[in-house]
Amino acid sequence: MRAENLPGPALPTWKWAGLAALLAALCALPFLLSNFSVFQLTLVMAYAIVLVGLNMLTGYNGQISLGHGAFYAIGAYAAAILMDRYGVAYWMTLPVAAAVCLAAGFLFGLPALRLEGPYLALATFGLAVALPQLLKHKSLEQWTGGVQGITILKPDPPFGLPINADQWLYFFALAVAIVMFALARNLLRGRIGRAMVAIRDNPIAAEAMGIDIALYKSLTFGVSAMFTGVGGALGAIAVQFVAPDSFNVFLSIAFLVGIVVGGLASLQGAIYGALFIQFVPNLADRVSRAAPWAIYGIMVILFMYLAPGGVAGIVHRISRTWKRRKT
Amino acid sequence: MDELLRVEGLQAWYGATQVLHGIDFAVAAGSVTALLGANGAGKTTTLRALCGMVTTRGAIVFDGERIGGRAPEEVARRGVAHVPDGRGTFLDLTTEENLRVGGFTRGGRRALAADIERMYGYFPRLGERRAQQAGTLSGGEQQMLAIARALMLRPRLLLLDEPSFGLAPKVVAGIFEILREINREAGVAMLLVEQNAAMALDLADHAFLLETGRIAMRGEARALRDDAAVRRAYLGY
Amino acid sequence: MDTFLAQCLSGLATGGVYASLALALVMIHQATRLVNFAQGELAMFSTYIAWSLIQAGVPYWPAFALTLALSFAAGLLIERVVLRPVRGAPALSMVVIFIGLLVILNSVAGWIYSYTVRPFPSPFPPEPPFGQHYVSSHDLGAIGVTIAVLLLVYAFFRFTTLGLAMRAAAQNPESARLAGIRVGWMRALGWGLATAIGAVAGMMVAPIVFLDPNMMSGVLLYAFAAALIGGIDNPFGAVFGGFFVGVLENLLGAYAIGQELKLTLALVVIIAVLVVKPAGLFGRTLVKRV
Repeated sequence: MRAENLPGPALPTWKWAGLAALLAALCALPFLLSNFSVFQLTLVMAYAIVLVGLNMLTGYNGQISLGHGAFYAIGAYAAAILMDRYGVAYWMTLPVAAAVCLAAGFLFGLPALRLEGPYLALATFGLAVALPQLLKHKSLEQWTGGVQGITILKPDPPFGLPINADQWLYFFALAVAIVMFALARNLLRGRIGRAMVAIRDNPIAAEAMGIDIALYKSLTFGVSAMFTGVGGALGAIAVQFVAPDSFNVFLSIAFLVGIVVGGLASLQGAIYGALFIQFVPNLADRVSRAAPWAIYGIMVILFMYLAPGGVAGIVHRISRTWKRRKT
Repeated sequence: MDELLRVEGLQAWYGATQVLHGIDFAVAAGSVTALLGANGAGKTTTLRALCGMVTTRGAIVFDGERIGGRAPEEVARRGVAHVPDGRGTFLDLTTEENLRVGGFTRGGRRALAADIERMYGYFPRLGERRAQQAGTLSGGEQQMLAIARALMLRPRLLLLDEPSFGLAPKVVAGIFEILREINREAGVAMLLVEQNAAMALDLADHAFLLETGRIAMRGEARALRDDAAVRRAYLGY
Repeated sequence: MDTFLAQCLSGLATGGVYASLALALVMIHQATRLVNFAQGELAMFSTYIAWSLIQAGVPYWPAFALTLALSFAAGLLIERVVLRPVRGAPALSMVVIFIGLLVILNSVAGWIYSYTVRPFPSPFPPEPPFGQHYVSSHDLGAIGVTIAVLLLVYAFFRFTTLGLAMRAAAQNPESARLAGIRVGWMRALGWGLATAIGAVAGMMVAPIVFLDPNMMSGVLLYAFAAALIGGIDNPFGAVFGGFFVGVLENLLGAYAIGQELKLTLALVVIIAVLVVKPAGLFGRTLVKRV
């Protein structure tokens, strides 16, 4: 797993054209698909934001987290509590979720600084396993709604636009996703991104070059949690429901599967990964309730053996061979 | 000469760096051969190459069988025992447990008991400390233990990597005395890597001098020891 | 005072389960520096195998023994087939592979046996022994079985030549190779043994928490806490840690934090040990300082 896909310099014209076409297609989709499919795509975008966050921490910075479901839950509950208990507008909940998760991630990152690979994974694993029980606790019940959780209402499209609520939410999510991806790209392209990768690949050399490892690692944790929290808030608004048992250890594991299959240290990878974790259960569920997870496990192991760069790595290799054949 | 070990065109790498550039030599059964040279000449690498611990090219033939490229544990099982630099002591095990580990491939507890007593015969100090944790033994005692552990394999060839390292001269002399005794009694051939050329030439029958991965000089140990010009030019004394 | 004693004793019973699982974790970590996230699911799967055997009419103790043998074989196979090709892979790859194993075992168990919660038989009588009411027969029996297994494992490593070779291979693989020991197979044996010990833990805890594919996730967390407290390279520490965590969990659950926060307690213990004293009470330092 090398530091290949740090987002490169500004895009050439034909790539801008391609993105514009893609954007047009994405905007047309909600009018061509059923409401349920639109809802699914909205979730894909929420997950993609989450996976960008996790990838920053684990793919680019080398800190292994098995507990990002916790930050997703914090973002989701923040949105739900603000909307249900305090009547806050849905779009306001995202910045709040971002801020809360940024702080929470940074604070968690501080003690986590000293922990190497598998031991950090262990600590975050503990967080993921313990979280549902914590969320169900009596003392928090008045906010979290205990075992039953909180239900929220889907927001209506503003300005009386002639689209339904699902479609509006899709466009909202799309806008947020574009903003978040652009933010991530800028972060990773600059000094911060290089520092993160340097810390992952050779911490001693990085420190010798003057990088404040403690600061960067905690910051990365914070930013990563922030992205995940935004995804969580979006996801909660889309699903209209939060409950402790939705945020168990398997959610965190699904996120890890997402970035491994999608492609570690790759922004595109977040999209492939999000598509994978959203749609595999749908298709596999028809076979049996257990099938999706068996597939996750097998795929993740296969990818580790055969394609450590994930789908993004495969795409990259194909596009390179294609370019080479053209010249 | 009844050849026990023959090496032809041996090249060896540490990772990407080539350390041995094609060396040829042989060790006769029952003889003691010294491998001399300065730091970085490739002496330790040669021993590691024989044991399959580094990447090699070329022929390594032990008792008629090609052992190049075999895993270290397979080479050991064929009768080549390696006393590594740093001694490789199992620090958390007792002295006696170290010996039992050395003899693991030769049988169970009872089969080894006689061999262990024989080791205590060669190295009485170890016998005194048989139940002591090996990590608490002195440098000299750990060296003796490493040699004894290797001998538990009942090897036909014993590879020794700088046994004198870090030890007081009197201790070294004692150890070399025992090595001579073992060579005479048990007929174990030895390939001895040493920076202390004087002591090595005293013990050895033949000697080779390595310089940056190639053999610069070879001959009878006595001849090299007695030739003052060679000694001064190559061995520094 | 009544409840205190009862809590302590049942804490020792679950503590024995944690001790067994923690020992399995430590055995693997000592030999390979790997954190086996799949240890709990392996134990769960073994317990399901035992259940199938018992359902098929095999009496309890023969089923128990057969399960141990099968678990041993499975652990050995996993080391040779799944792990051997990726020796020396970076930490992230290893974590991902273990998580993959966890997830596969969990889902295959769910697929074969469904997610219905089932009772699992205890080999011990349902009436509490000697007419007292502090501890059930199963709890007492579980403590006994755990101690018996741990003593057997100790005796194996301490007194047999094979156990000695395995210890040597774990401590200093290079020197072990030079002595002719096939270190790869020693590792595989270690895995087999660890998986069998995990099976014991599963079969002892299943009558208490009931059999379902997710029964071991909490237990695994406690076992991790126990292994860390004892020092993640120290088998005795793991056993001590297991009993300690079991009793602590029960007492705190009964008197201080309530039943609902017990997993959070385990999490706090894990983080506290890793951050404050990574070597645990009896172990060597494992955390690198940056």
